[in-house]
Amino acid sequence: MSPNPFRHAFATLRMLAAVCLLAGWMPAWAQLRIEVSGVGLTQLPIAIAPFRGQDATPQKISSIVQADLERSGQFRGTDLVPVNLDELARPELTAWRQKGADSLVVGSVTRLADGRFDVRFRLWDLTRGQDLGGQSYAVTQADLRQSAHRIADFVYEKLTGDKGIFSTRIGYVTKVAQRYNLWIADADGENAQSALASPEPIISPAWSPMGGQLAYVSFESRKPVVYVHEIATGKRRLLANFRGSNSAPAWSPDGRTLAVTLSRDGGSQLYLIDAQGGEPRRLSQSSSIDTEPMFSPDGKSIYFVSDRGGSPQIYRMAATGGSVQRVTFTGSYNISPSISPDGKSLAYISRVNGAFRLHVMELASGNAVAITDTSFDESPSFAPNGRLIIYATSAQGRESLTTTTIDGRVKTRLAGASGEIREPDWGPLQQQ
Amino acid sequence: MNRILLALTFAAVLAGCGSSVKLDDVAVEDKTGTLIGSRGAAGSGASSGAAGSGSLPSQGVAPVDLTKPGSNAAVQQGARIVYFDYDSFIIKPEFQSLIEIHARQLRADPARKAVIEGHTDETGGREYNLALGQKRSEAVRRALGLLGVTDAQVEAVSYGKEKPAVQGSDEAALAQNRRAEISFR
Repeated sequence: MSPNPFRHAFATLRMLAAVCLLAGWMPAWAQLRIEVSGVGLTQLPIAIAPFRGQDATPQKISSIVQADLERSGQFRGTDLVPVNLDELARPELTAWRQKGADSLVVGSVTRLADGRFDVRFRLWDLTRGQDLGGQSYAVTQADLRQSAHRIADFVYEKLTGDKGIFSTRIGYVTKVAQRYNLWIADADGENAQSALASPEPIISPAWSPMGGQLAYVSFESRKPVVYVHEIATGKRRLLANFRGSNSAPAWSPDGRTLAVTLSRDGGSQLYLIDAQGGEPRRLSQSSSIDTEPMFSPDGKSIYFVSDRGGSPQIYRMAATGGSVQRVTFTGSYNISPSISPDGKSLAYISRVNGAFRLHVMELASGNAVAITDTSFDESPSFAPNGRLIIYATSAQGRESLTTTTIDGRVKTRLAGASGEIREPDWGPLQQQ
Repeated sequence: MNRILLALTFAAVLAGCGSSVKLDDVAVEDKTGTLIGSRGAAGSGASSGAAGSGSLPSQGVAPVDLTKPGSNAAVQQGARIVYFDYDSFIIKPEFQSLIEIHARQLRADPARKAVIEGHTDETGGREYNLALGQKRSEAVRRALGLLGVTDAQVEAVSYGKEKPAVQGSDEAALAQNRRAEISFR
């Protein structure tokens, strides 16, 4: 196995970056680590022209939009026609078509009298010469990146028909020296803000379905205890602090209930607990480990990990309890289930020849494939449109967060904090 | 002089059992103290369950193999740590005397509370390891229970792989991390 799966991509990027520098144009993804593998990848060629006025702002809107779209695996940025355009200009179709682009994004950034920025853009279908619409946002400097993510969402939805996820947020944990931080960041890993700092470990952050709260496990009282944390206010409440260990919180899709793993009655077993707290109701009844619960998107089933068969495997049961069906059959160590938003795919970590790799299973057929070639993958979490998965992995002893398309062909190592970085969870679509 | 050192080591072991020593404050003990320490425990009234002390004559020499992780761990670190084999929750015979010492103390003082923290090595997922660590801490709690300690006195919790005792990914480090720590709070 290659010690650095990104090496090839880096070499390619360096070369491309050099070419682009010669062309007087720096691609957005020169600062990202995008790895593309496989052949026959169909990607929509799109040109993102530099926004008029963006050089006078701290954020290159066009670069952020392009990096977002390329990270999705469904777009490829093309070369640009060296002309200055904004959302008011009508592009010369032939010239742009000659660059191989099917679509074009143009726009502008203007500083307003109150110090905010007016960000405008327009999306063109170059094949039909059609204006596909545009938007404008008045944002503070701090929200310039967010406006770029919204533009990427607009373009993505117009051209693919799926919801864009670029303006969503992710949660993750870092450990630097003996300090643990729970971060909330943009979906591209940028703009991270600390929600919690602790001298003790924090694991298993889980976004509430509405996106306002995170449940997680904190060891601050020298044992694992589940908290629910309101992000905007920093208000925290103890959800599960029973005798023994309390862990693995998972929200029901309606946000009213959480599944948790408790050892209060001996052994690690699944319980349901009201989101406001209260007495837990026992869900599983086994003498083995039952943990890592995860609701199906319809709320009717719970996927979880159990060693009842002698090794950890993923199982499914009704959310009301009762009989249990085994879901994974290949391999002797299958953990950390994440269900796609359409309920059709299962992402999980499977140990293969000693390597812990992200796998995706089509639930209807049971067919599963490894979609990485790394050895220490952890904590997969689907994007809310089901098109990407974020996970933690480690290469050359350095932990990082990576997003991958569900076929594994396009992977991007996210920018982010230094130190050990882990436990990503992808938040829901932003409430408009 | 060596004898004095060994006696001090043994005293430290007992002190470690009887006081609320902070986890981080306990130094790694001189390994030469191992043998005498465990024999001393037997001599001062413990049952002879410690490895090597049951069948050997009192003047005998029990081999101590430091290349085997956890082999003499019972008396290291203030004798609060039970080490486990890979993927195992079985308390090995060499840790029986340690558990007996703690059981005796807890029985003698029913107001006293202990917390057992289960830990795993770094292999595998965080939540699954939390559950594995829980199995280890509950194994120690059950062993104490068999010796008459009430469940109310002992809480079994887990840190999973979050608090390794030693950094590193070689087998020696992994073995030092597969453990249950008994602490008094």
